[in-house]
Amino acid sequence: MGDTKIPNPKSQNPNLPSPLGRGAGGEGRYELRFSGEGGQGIILGGSILAEAAILHQGKYAVQSPQYGSRVRGGPTKVDVIVSDSPILYPRATKIDFFLALAQMSYNQYATDLADDAVLLVDANLVPHVIENGHVIHRLPIVEIAKIELDNEVLSNSVALGAVVALTGIVSHEAAWNAIEARVPAKAREINRRAFERGLEAAELCPTKPVK
Amino acid sequence: MPHIRSMSGNAVIAEAAIAAGCRFFAGYPITPSSEIAAVLAEELPKVGGVFLQMEDEIAAMGAIIGASLGGMKTMTATSGPGFSLKQENLGFACMAEVPCVVVNVMRGGPSTGLPTLPAQGDVMQARWGTHGDHPIIVLYPADLTEMYHQTVRAFNLAEQYRTPVILLSDELLGHMSERVEIPDAADLTIVNRRKPDVPPEQYLPYDVRRELVPPMANFFEGYRYHVTGLTHDETGFPTEDPDLAEAQLRRLMLKVSANADDILEWEEDGLADAEIAIFAYGAAARSVREAIAELRSLGVRAGLFRPITLWPFPDKALHLAVSRAGALFVVEMNMGQMIREVERSIRHIPIIGVHKVSGQPIDPDEIVFTVRDYLENGTLPRNAVYQMSV
Repeated sequence: MGDTKIPNPKSQNPNLPSPLGRGAGGEGRYELRFSGEGGQGIILGGSILAEAAILHQGKYAVQSPQYGSRVRGGPTKVDVIVSDSPILYPRATKIDFFLALAQMSYNQYATDLADDAVLLVDANLVPHVIENGHVIHRLPIVEIAKIELDNEVLSNSVALGAVVALTGIVSHEAAWNAIEARVPAKAREINRRAFERGLEAAELCPTKPVK
Repeated sequence: MPHIRSMSGNAVIAEAAIAAGCRFFAGYPITPSSEIAAVLAEELPKVGGVFLQMEDEIAAMGAIIGASLGGMKTMTATSGPGFSLKQENLGFACMAEVPCVVVNVMRGGPSTGLPTLPAQGDVMQARWGTHGDHPIIVLYPADLTEMYHQTVRAFNLAEQYRTPVILLSDELLGHMSERVEIPDAADLTIVNRRKPDVPPEQYLPYDVRRELVPPMANFFEGYRYHVTGLTHDETGFPTEDPDLAEAQLRRLMLKVSANADDILEWEEDGLADAEIAIFAYGAAARSVREAIAELRSLGVRAGLFRPITLWPFPDKALHLAVSRAGALFVVEMNMGQMIREVERSIRHIPIIGVHKVSGQPIDPDEIVFTVRDYLENGTLPRNAVYQMSV
């Protein structure tokens, strides 16, 4: 399974919008925010996405985390900005894509959303989402990791698969290469499975705004 | 060819330190600087270096002074509360002329303040934190490729001028990752301390009859000498001779001030035609650059003056850079610290501060708003160059 070529999202799903060029902050700029609880690995997920964009897609990217003093359980967020040109202010100001894996993190950090922002929230853990005409996707990300793959730690790899499938901000291959470079060899196959489950789950998402 | 990496600011400092020749790090972990120690704990032993976690920041500062006297390039890294603890030994290093690099990744203060959030509240402490008149060099980059180069430069300046160099960063730069261009090792300029060219029996450690910076003998290479924080003569032993005391302190200060042209680095952007000049450094300068692009798109001719060397203060460069501007804004993540230095230096135009201490970085829109508010409602200076364009 490990040697299967991961297809590029463009060729697989031509109906997905091209992310670059529709960014809020100017030409070729795309802003993402991942939010969750301390310990879910979303800050690492942000690093991996930035690495995929910089090292495997030749883009500029910044990853800028914010967390509190609590080691686990507090709300955390990470902003990832991908652009064709250098990025100065490293925080998202008009978010194109927002991920939430915890309700309190959604409540605190679902700000600065672009009018046409796409939201991905955990279907079980983030029940209350304000529907401001945004495209809202609900996937059981943590459940897939915890129940199906038997390890909650894989939540961020599942989430990254879904984010990549929904945004096309980096190719599947670039994202996987960046994940692979970060995980220990013994966890490689299970992370691959988690990433692919995220991709598969997101392929089933409706592409129209949820009313 | 530079090598492209995706790295955090803290990781950049650790790797650049090794590239600069740092082989000894002593520290005590503190957010948001801990990743510097974490990377060096992993990497220093691989290059034959030493990583020591000390019992506290005071001991860590003492350890890097001792190791530097033993001939190593040394560094410690900390944040606000730890930086306060390092001040006494920092003064010792200034007085005994021991090269070393102290990194302060600034977080919200005072006291333990906002441990995980960015601030720029230690820029005056970096200059005047330890007691007495003393020389100090303070560098503060604004992007992570520059962070690499300035880390290397911090070691070079420390070695060249036999003085501690403080490398400032902040939580935003320390914890964010971005595309970093790592230069080839062969392209780096590396400066090493000058050793004595006389045999041990003729060596006078603080002989400054011919030069501002005396050659430095490493311990355990056959040279013995006395090291003290007390005012001392050319042998290193204490003295209370008024002439020697005066001469020693004047020379210590002169080491830095007479070499300002070599030590000072700054960036100017868009100041040639600027009606509004903005002074900013470190993470806040990133917000300012974005604000300037926005202001220019609105027809406001704004430009940036960004000191990379905060101390010594770049008086001359700032004067020339803002000579045609009608107003000077100072943007910083503190209650107004460097603005006092700017006000001391620049007296012919209004100076307006933009300050924020919420633990959040300054949004470029906040700067744009303040500048436009000033242009629309503020008092306009009588300056021929000044034109209101919004």
